[in-house]
Formats: sequence, structure tokens, C-alpha cells
Amino acid sequence: MIEFIHDLQTYAFLQKAFTTSIMVGVICGVIGSFIVLRGMALMGDAISHAILPGVAISYMLGINYFYGAVLTGVLTAFGIGAITQNSRIKSDSSIGLVFSAFFALGIILINRAKSATDLTQILFGNVLAVRNSDMWLTLAIGGLVLLVVIIFYKELLISSFDETMAAAYGLPTRLIHYAIMFLLTLVTVASLQTVGVILVVSLLITPASTAYLMTNRLSVMVVLSAIFGALSAVIGLYFSFLYNMPSGPVIALVTTALFVLAFLFSPKQGLLVRKLKSANRKRYA
Amino acid sequence: MKDQLRVHDVSVSYYGNPVLVDVSFTFTSGNLIGILGPNGAGKSTLMKAMLSLIPNDKGSVEINGKPIKEVRKQIAYVPQRSNIDWNFPITVKDTVLLGTYPKLGLFHRPKKEHKEWAMQCLEQVGMADFANQQIGELSGGQQQRVFLARALAQQADIFFLDEPFVGIDVSSEEVIIGILKRLRDEGKLVFVVHHDLTKVKQYFDELVLINKNLIAAGPVQEVFTTENMTRAYQRPFSMVEGSEVPL
Repeated sequence: MIEFIHDLQTYAFLQKAFTTSIMVGVICGVIGSFIVLRGMALMGDAISHAILPGVAISYMLGINYFYGAVLTGVLTAFGIGAITQNSRIKSDSSIGLVFSAFFALGIILINRAKSATDLTQILFGNVLAVRNSDMWLTLAIGGLVLLVVIIFYKELLISSFDETMAAAYGLPTRLIHYAIMFLLTLVTVASLQTVGVILVVSLLITPASTAYLMTNRLSVMVVLSAIFGALSAVIGLYFSFLYNMPSGPVIALVTTALFVLAFLFSPKQGLLVRKLKSANRKRYA
Repeated sequence: MKDQLRVHDVSVSYYGNPVLVDVSFTFTSGNLIGILGPNGAGKSTLMKAMLSLIPNDKGSVEINGKPIKEVRKQIAYVPQRSNIDWNFPITVKDTVLLGTYPKLGLFHRPKKEHKEWAMQCLEQVGMADFANQQIGELSGGQQQRVFLARALAQQADIFFLDEPFVGIDVSSEEVIIGILKRLRDEGKLVFVVHHDLTKVKQYFDELVLINKNLIAAGPVQEVFTTENMTRAYQRPFSMVEGSEVPL
């Protein structure tokens, strides 16, 4: 551990990886809280997979992968919305339908571009290879996402909790839905290097779910989720650096470990705590 | 000034199936109105169409001659309890505080005075002691009272409640109807989707009776008749004084 801190002070690439990991963990935790509460976990998984063809096309054109990824991410969100609203297909099926098509297209395009090593990195993340431009991109996206969530916190809260009331008093609930999809796409793009497309969902869903088990206030949940996300990302980076493992899977397992702890020991919802309480109640009844 | 709500020739369909056909009626403030009809008659749909939450095929809903979309902040809506995620991480007092959002508008956060106002509304429904609990920890009746408190916090002129008396305890029902009657006496316009026929005469001044079409709208004694009820429910009714229950 001390060695890691020493290396962190020494190597620029490690500092970049460290900064990026923290930011990715924070914004995934924040956006993930809303994704979890709005029941859009599958949507998060879909968007992250569906940016793959965008990344591939960007590589082919030699432009920053950011542009292509955002484009296909947004297309996916609209495609899913269009199928759900204009046919009898249920939302979870239309999500599966659209994202598998985009993901398949992405894999074929990447194979055509003949960059197999890149594919592994995109799929599973390689936080140690973060470049300067990637870090700044992540910080910019992170700043934007946090700003939007802070400014529109009130509207995000009410439209997530009671969409009908929000619509009844005139909030543009559909616009809010697509705005969240857009932020989700940005967050996914920012997470690409750190966790990879396959496992972005773990950083979106798991820290938020962990936080959900620990509090009865949305604001606290968002902050806790951000902390768990950042913690997982940094621990993931540490193991990835130490044992030369792909960062995505390591981060995903750390988020899961935190979740299991909360699941068992959370003071409000923990399984063991609840069992103990009911045992005590029986004893003194 | 009295508010006037006018529903004119409203038709709504889902995937081509008509749910409401040519419904028209007009009510003014100072009335407590029950929206009545059998299951699947389109009661909730009517309420959503009145709030312009779903598109109508034709017709219009106006308040004082203005389309509903222009006067949304005058309106408070209490959804059916089954439409709410009761596991959402929110406390009772923060739920009521949501009622202050419409008038706060964008970029403004609730301040101390808004929080005090939310607590006052919570006291009116007798739920102040539960302020810091998570909403899922409450009973059905308590949850309904909290949502009524949220509507009160909106300081609206027109209130819409969708099935507020379903699955709640007697004392909560008494608290809620008491407040609705007080709102009426203060000159508000209150619409309630309702399906328990036993208390119709005790609760409401006016009725809207529907079954896809409008059967009748107006004062309870004119609408709540054997003939109308038989037409709406399509089965025989006994309307003996004091026990208006279906046979």
C-alpha cells in the first residue's frame, strides 16, 4: 500500500489513472442513483453496450471516440423510446432488442477495423492507459454532470418519485427522461477507459443499490453512492496496478463486495440486522 | 372570483379503443364533486384527460376559458396509492415539501418558510409525529393523508384526487373527507374519483356519473337515482333512502 502511494507520487500515468478513476466512480454513483430509482438499470446496460459501434466508427474515421459514442448512445435511447411508444412491445424487450443489435454491429465494425487489442480494452477497461486527453474529457463530463444534477436536483427528485405529479404541474417529464439518457451516455463514455463497456453497469447500479440500502433520503443516497463508486474505482485501480489485471472486472468485484456488506449489515435494511432484531423481539415478547 | 372548469366534448381512446366518448360538463368552485362509475368506466382516464396528462382525440378542458396547460400551477393532483413507489428514499416531511415545488419554479430551493409551511400542512392531516419516517413505513391511510398534505402545500384552487379512500382505515377516511369539505367551504373546486357507493350522499354535493359516455352530471339528488345508476352499472339497483347499495 505504501509502495502504491509512493508510485502514485512518482508516475504521471498512475496519477492520471487515479484522477480519472475517482471522477468516474463519483459520476457513475450520482447518475446511477437516479437510474436505480427510476427502474432503468437495464437501460444503463443497454446504453453502455450500444456505444460500441460509435467507438468503432470513430476509430475508423480517426476522430475522438467521444463523438461516435455519444451519437450511437443517443440513437439507442431514442430507438428504444420509439419502439416502446409506437408498438405493443414492452420496454424491457425493446431495450434488449435495440442494444443487442448495436452491440453486434459494434463488434463487427471493430473486427473490420482490425484492432483486436483495442477491443479488449474497450470491453474490459484499461485504466492504466488513460491519456491526458481522456482524463480531461472525463473531468469535463464529470463537471457537467455534477452541475446539471445540482441545478436540477429538485426536478430530478420529483420526476423520479412521482412522474404524474411532475407532469401535472407542468414539468417536461419526457424531456427530463431523455436528458437523463444523455447524461447516462456521457457518463458511460467517460467510464469507457476505466471499466469498459461490459461492466459500466456494475459501477452504475451496484454503488447506488448499496447506498439505497443505507438511507431514507435521496440526497444522502446520491452522496453515499458517489463515495462507494469512487472507493471501488480506486481500489480497483490499486489491484489492477499491483497484479496487472484488467481494471473493469476488479472494480466490478469491489462494488459487489461493498454491496454484500451493506446487504448483510446495513443498520436499516441489513439481512443480519433484521434477523437479529426479530429474534430479540421474539425473546422479549 | 369563482373558478369555472368546463369539460367540452372530450373523447379519449387507447390503441383505437374508445375509453371516453363525448363527455361534457361544467362546475364552479365551492363544490365537492364525486366522479362515479363501474370498473373500467374511464374514471381515472377522465381525471387524467381533465389534467391534460393524456392526449384526447377531441374536445377541450378549460379553466376560466383558458386551456389547462396554462393554469397548471392552480391545480393539485393526488395519484392513486398504487402508482407510487413506497420504497423511494424520501421522508414524510420531504414528500409534503414537494408540494411547494410548483410555485418555487426552476432554480429555487425550498427555504425555511417552505419547510415550516410543509409541517403546518402535515399537522392539518394529523401526521406531524411521523415527519421523519420513510413513507413506506406508514399504513395505507397514513400514506393517503401525507399525499393530501402535499396537495394542501400546493395552495391550489382546484384539487383532483384519484381513489383516495381505497384500502384505508376509518379514521384516515374521516380526516380526509373533513379536509375536502373544508376546502369546498373555502371556495375550492374538488374532484374525487370514487367507487364506494355507500357514502356518496354523505360525501358529495355534485356527481359525474360515467360509463364511457356521460350518464349524468349535476347535484347528487338528481344524478344518484335508480334509473341513472342502472344505466351506468347495467344491472338493477335499489335506491332505498339511507342504503344506496347495488342489489
